[in-house]
Amino acid sequence: MSDLQTTKTDTGSKFINLLIELGFALFSILVALLVGTVFILLAGESPLDAYHALYIGSIGSWREFLNTLWRATPLIFTGFALALPFKAGLFNIGGEGQLLVGGFAAGFVGFYFTGLPSIIHVPLAILAAMAAGAIWGLIPGLLKAYKGAHEVITTIMLNYIAIQLTIRYGIDRFRTGGRQALPTIEESARLVRFVDMAEMPIIGQIPLIDVFALPGLRLHLNFILALISAAVLWYLLFKTTVGYEIRAVGFNSSAAEYGGISSSKTIILSMVIAGALAGLAGAGEALGTHHTFMSGMDADLGFTGIAVALLGRNHPFGIVLAGILFGGLTQGGLEMQFVGIPSEIVTIIQALVIFFVAGLQMLKWFLLKRREKGETE
Amino acid sequence: MKSKVISLALIFSFLFVIGLAGFAQPVEAEEFRVGIVYSEGGLGDLSFNDAAQAGLMRAVDELGIEYGAIEPDSPADFNPSLRRFAERGFDLVIAVGFLQAEDVVEIAPEYPHVQFAHVDEPHEDLDNVTGLIFAEHHGSFLVGALAALASETGTIGYVGGIDSPLINRFEGGYVQGARYIDEDINIESGYADSFNDPSRGREIALGQIDNDADIIYHAAGASGLGAFEAVEEEDKLAIGVDVNQNHLYPGHIIASMLKVVDVAVFNAVEDAMAGELPGGENVVFGLEDGGTGITSLTDVEEEKIALEEGEIDEDELEKIRQLKEEVTAEHADRIEEIKQMIIDGEIEIEDWSETGRQDF
Repeated sequence: MSDLQTTKTDTGSKFINLLIELGFALFSILVALLVGTVFILLAGESPLDAYHALYIGSIGSWREFLNTLWRATPLIFTGFALALPFKAGLFNIGGEGQLLVGGFAAGFVGFYFTGLPSIIHVPLAILAAMAAGAIWGLIPGLLKAYKGAHEVITTIMLNYIAIQLTIRYGIDRFRTGGRQALPTIEESARLVRFVDMAEMPIIGQIPLIDVFALPGLRLHLNFILALISAAVLWYLLFKTTVGYEIRAVGFNSSAAEYGGISSSKTIILSMVIAGALAGLAGAGEALGTHHTFMSGMDADLGFTGIAVALLGRNHPFGIVLAGILFGGLTQGGLEMQFVGIPSEIVTIIQALVIFFVAGLQMLKWFLLKRREKGETE
Repeated sequence: MKSKVISLALIFSFLFVIGLAGFAQPVEAEEFRVGIVYSEGGLGDLSFNDAAQAGLMRAVDELGIEYGAIEPDSPADFNPSLRRFAERGFDLVIAVGFLQAEDVVEIAPEYPHVQFAHVDEPHEDLDNVTGLIFAEHHGSFLVGALAALASETGTIGYVGGIDSPLINRFEGGYVQGARYIDEDINIESGYADSFNDPSRGREIALGQIDNDADIIYHAAGASGLGAFEAVEEEDKLAIGVDVNQNHLYPGHIIASMLKVVDVAVFNAVEDAMAGELPGGENVVFGLEDGGTGITSLTDVEEEKIALEEGEIDEDELEKIRQLKEEVTAEHADRIEEIKQMIIDGEIEIEDWSETGRQDF
C-alpha cells in the first residue's frame, strides 16, 4: 500500500513492479486468447483467421488504430468515473446513468438552441453534460455522506431512473422521426472529427494533418479531452491536497476524519467529479459519434468502465491504456464477425480477456502477498 | 509516466509482431459478394433478422454468392460495419432495419459502385440505394380481422416494438382490420420500446390479458417472444409476425402475419447479380405478390417444414392442426374474401406510417 507516500528513493523498484504488471497483463491476454481458441474451434472456424482479424480490425492499420481510440474514449471516461470515488472508498456503479443524463443534456442543448456560433454552442453542450452528470453523482454522494445510504444501491437505482427519464420519457417527448432519438443536433454543436480537420481553415494548415483525412475515421475531439482529463485527474489525485484527502478517506476514513479531513465533503466531491466525467463520455457520444442522443448509445459503456478501471488499477494513465485495450476488442470484434466468427463467440473472447486480466491480477496480488510474507519472516 | 509510455510501446510492438507472424491476406474472391448488417436484436429473434438471414442463405445455396454478415451490438456499430463491406468492394450491401437509415444515407454516396439494399426503409434520393418495403398494414388488416372474428371476450391486444412509423403501420392495419369486423371491439395496445426485451413484452401482454384480452398480436421482434410466453402461461391465443411463428408455441398461435423479408432479400441479391436492382427507388411487396399475407387458416402444410426440421414433434403438429380446426378454419373464407377486396381496392387501409397513430 504505497498509495499514500510517493518517495523518490523507490523509483527503481517501481519500474520493476511496472514491468511485472505489464508482464502479467500480456500473459493474461495470451491465456485468454488461448482459451478463446477452444470456443472458436467449437464454432468450426480457424483461430488463426479469427485473431488475425482481431489484429487487423483493431490496430492493423493507422485508421483502425485511430478508430480503436474512438471506441476507447467513452470507456476511459467511465473508467475515471469509477476510479476516483474508488480512491475515496466508494464503488460508483452509476456510470451508466451519469453517462445517459450527460448524453441527453448534450443532445438536448445541441438541437434546442439554434443560431449559436460553434465556439459557444459546443462548450455549452459539454458543460450541460458535465452538470447533468455531476448532479447524478451528487445525489448518491449526499445520501452516502449524510444518511449513510450505500452508494452501490443508490447509484444502481439512479441508473434505472436515468434510463426511464432520458430514453423512454425524454426521447418520446422530443423526437420527430422513426428513430428512437432526439432530433439531430445543430451543425454548430458538433465535436470536430479528426477526419474533417484537414479541410478546416486554421487547423488545416498544420503540417501532416492529412494523416487524419481517412474516410470512415470516427475519432473526434473527445479523445483529446480524455487525455487532458487523465492528466488533470492525475495531478488532482497525487499533487493536490484535495487528492490527498480523497486517498486518505479511502485508506481509512476514521483516521482521515481524526486528522481533520471532512470525509463527507470528500465523498461528495469525488462523486460529483466522477459524475461530471461520466457525463463527458455521454457528451462525446452525443456530439461526436452519433450527432444525437439515441436509444442504445450507452451500449453498457458505464458498466464496461468498471472493468476498465479495475484493469487500469484505478490509475488515470492505467485507465487510458485499459480503455484502449477494451476499445480495440470492440472495434476488432467487428472485423472478426466480418470474417465469419459468430458474434456470440466474439463476445465470449472479449469476456475472456476481461476475465483473465482481472483473474490474474488476483493471482499476482496473491503472489506478492506471499513474497512480502516471506521477506518479513 | 515515461515508463507507461514504454509499456504502451511494448504492448503494441508485441501485438504487432504477433500480427505479422505468418499470416497471409485472404485471397480476393471472384464470386459476387454480398454483405449484410442485421438490425439491433440480431439473429435468433425467430422473426425479422432470421428471415433476412434465411433469404441470404438461399441465395448462397442457389446463386453461389459469397457473403459476410455482422450483427451490431450497438448503434455505433452500424456505420463501421456498413462501410467495411462497401470499402472492401462488396457488390451488394444489405442493411436490415430502419435504425440504419442515417448511416446508409451517409455512406452510400461515397461508394457509387456498390449497390445498397435497405430492408424496411424507403429511399428515393440515392442512385445506388434500393428500399425494400412491405405493405405491412395490408397483412396486419387480415390478422386484425381474424382476431376480431375469433375473440370471445371482445377484447384483443397488440404489442409493438419501438413506437415508430414502421411499427405504427402494423398497428394501424391491425386496428382497422378488427374494427372492420366489429365496430365496438376493445383494442389494448402497448409498446415495448425495444425489439430485444422479451421480459417487457411479457409484462405488456400480461397486462392486456388482465384487461380481458384473449388474442394478442405482436410486431416487436424478440420482445414479442415474451408476449408469446405470457399467452402460454395464461392459456390465451396469439398471432405471430414476419415469419410463420405458429410452431413456436404449438396450440397457442392461431396464425402469423407474413412479411417475406427472406424473399425480398433473395430477390434483391438475384436482381443485383443481373444488374437489375433499380436503385433510387423502392421495391414494394404487397398482398397480391405474396410479399405480405397470412399463414394458412385451414391446413398445416407450412408447419410440416418445422416438423421435418425437428423443431416440433408429431404431437405438437397435431396441436396446431386442432387449433386451426377449432378456431380459424371457420373464418378462412371470410378472410380470403377480405384479402381479395383489399387487392381489388374495395377496402382502403390507412397507412399509419404516413398519417401517424390515430385514436381508436
